[in-house]
Amino acid sequence: MHAPAAPMTLTTQTFLGRLFDNRHFLGLLFMLPAAALLLVFLTYPLGLGTYLGFTDAKVGRPGVWIGIENYEYLFTDSVFRLAVWNTFLYTGIASVVKFGLGLWLALLLNEHIPFKAFVRAIVLLPFIVPTVLSAIAFWWIYDAQFSVISWVLSRMGLIDSYINFLGEPNLARMSVIIANVWRGVPFIAICLLAGLQTISPSLYEAAAIDGATGFQKFWHVTLPMLSPIIAVVMTFSVLFTFTDFQLIWVLTRGGPINSTHLMATLSFQRAIPGGALGEGAAIATAMIPFLLAAILFSYFGLQRRRWQQGTVDR
Amino acid sequence: MASVELRQVRKAFGRIEVVHGVDVAIDDGQFVVLVGPSGCGKSTLLRMVAGLEEITSGEIRIGNRVVNNVPPKARDIAMVFQNYALYPHMSVFDNMAFSMKLAGRSREEMQRHVDKAAAILGLTEYLDRFPRQLSGGQRQRVAMGRAIVRDPQVFLFDEPLSNLDAKLRVQMRTEIKELHQRLKTTSVYVTHDQIEAMTMADKIVVMNAGNVEQIGTPLGLYDNPANLFVAGFIGSPAMNFLPGKLARNGATRLVTLSNGSQLASPGVAEGDGRDVVLGVRPEHITIVDPGGDAGAAAEVVVVEPTGMDTQVFCRLSGTEITVVSRERHAFAPGDTIALQPLSGKTYLFDPESGKRLA
Repeated sequence: MHAPAAPMTLTTQTFLGRLFDNRHFLGLLFMLPAAALLLVFLTYPLGLGTYLGFTDAKVGRPGVWIGIENYEYLFTDSVFRLAVWNTFLYTGIASVVKFGLGLWLALLLNEHIPFKAFVRAIVLLPFIVPTVLSAIAFWWIYDAQFSVISWVLSRMGLIDSYINFLGEPNLARMSVIIANVWRGVPFIAICLLAGLQTISPSLYEAAAIDGATGFQKFWHVTLPMLSPIIAVVMTFSVLFTFTDFQLIWVLTRGGPINSTHLMATLSFQRAIPGGALGEGAAIATAMIPFLLAAILFSYFGLQRRRWQQGTVDR
Repeated sequence: MASVELRQVRKAFGRIEVVHGVDVAIDDGQFVVLVGPSGCGKSTLLRMVAGLEEITSGEIRIGNRVVNNVPPKARDIAMVFQNYALYPHMSVFDNMAFSMKLAGRSREEMQRHVDKAAAILGLTEYLDRFPRQLSGGQRQRVAMGRAIVRDPQVFLFDEPLSNLDAKLRVQMRTEIKELHQRLKTTSVYVTHDQIEAMTMADKIVVMNAGNVEQIGTPLGLYDNPANLFVAGFIGSPAMNFLPGKLARNGATRLVTLSNGSQLASPGVAEGDGRDVVLGVRPEHITIVDPGGDAGAAAEVVVVEPTGMDTQVFCRLSGTEITVVSRERHAFAPGDTIALQPLSGKTYLFDPESGKRLA
């Protein structure tokens, strides 16, 4: 009952025209900038660093291939082994404390407290302040002569002489860990808080009717529902803590007596001020297996738990 | 004894009172439905019985024991939630056994109780599955199984069928009623669907804006609504309301509609000329031959044949009304038909207070 439409003329598309209509081509095109950035700033340095680890390059002169000689030397080097031990100690303690404090903070912030939005914003502050700035602030707090902590404690009559926070090995380790915890708790707290908010309140109500105490609700409902998010957050936290550089370098440069040297700081020290590029690169590359292990470990925790899907009715 | 009694129960959130002095008495073994539109306070009332909301004032007794300050787990109740509230990380078996696990019961005891409940609900093959692997109806059954396992004094249902599709809802309705007939546990059921209330309840509590409008048996409320709200809420299609004025013709009482036509009204003592609302259910209006003396003229708007009956939407004196007739009719929109309400099946309401006059 209608006039036949004018037949569509097939416009001959140019090769370029067809190309830009192709989804795959367009997709590749859009990926190019990101890929270029990744290639230049990630893949190339990674590749170069790994390569340098197998050479005896020094600052100022390229080196020759020496295979695993660097690693053989490092294996016997007591400072390197101390740095590995320090890294594990630092990462382990700081991560556990950050997780504990972060979870506690998240649970607190999940309740209805006055000025909730304001408090949540404040809690995030330590994380967004540039690391170097907070490191310098802690440097001042830990200063042997001008530390505010020592000042308060001595005024309270609890200590006689000022504490040498960064001058004694174990004190320095503790101080550095505390600074890292202060910086890192907000990230974990906010992420866990987000996770807590996704737990339906009716689950807690059902648990209350089933007879669960507060702790049982936490153990049987909160923790299992949070576990995928904990996996994500702790992976990131462990990765960042393991490779921490700025905090240590500003506070202690790795001292006293290498007691706070992490693998990252030792790598830098050997490579640049020390001039042994190949050796430094080898130390940095030595971190990769541990980091890979951490990622794989959480990958199995990250895997979308089967029961997480399918809350929609069919 | 598992009776439930609410005495002058009030609930206020801050300054806003949402439940105003509700009195309800539920006998042991009864299936009572709280029905009303969204926001009427029925869920809040149920949650107060469960212990999930604080009672601002008044008293709630379960089994003759005042439970105002008793925590939910000590009230010996079980609740089925609208969104099931199944623990997603636990299997069906663990979901149903959770309360026993918390109480430290033995594995065999848990097995026994869960198996029994699963057999009643047809869940035996699903015990190892997880909630995400079940359909909506199956999940609802698991939620009920979890409640059954607790073997409580009172079952509380909070709109459990709202999330299901229409066909499943009808099926689950029957299953719940069968379950109640079998277990005979006192049940309090909240819904906004009056059909669920009519089909399932021993007693219905109609609520509106925090007040109890009427309490009665399904047919009692259907035949004898106390006010406009209950009359219009119970029954589908809803009762027709025709505004008019009360008049008298000798000994007969009439209601004069705005277009002048008059319909017989139930007897009421006094008030000639006052404004009233005449209520009559769609199935109590007969379509008579036009041209006769009796009957009011109405204009057909839409005719809906459902197969079982014919629903005729028409306009009478400016008011849209529904007529349901068992016979097949071939009216066309715009036709004029004559309607006659069945005598004795009309109601008179006061338009201001809503109360029923006759």
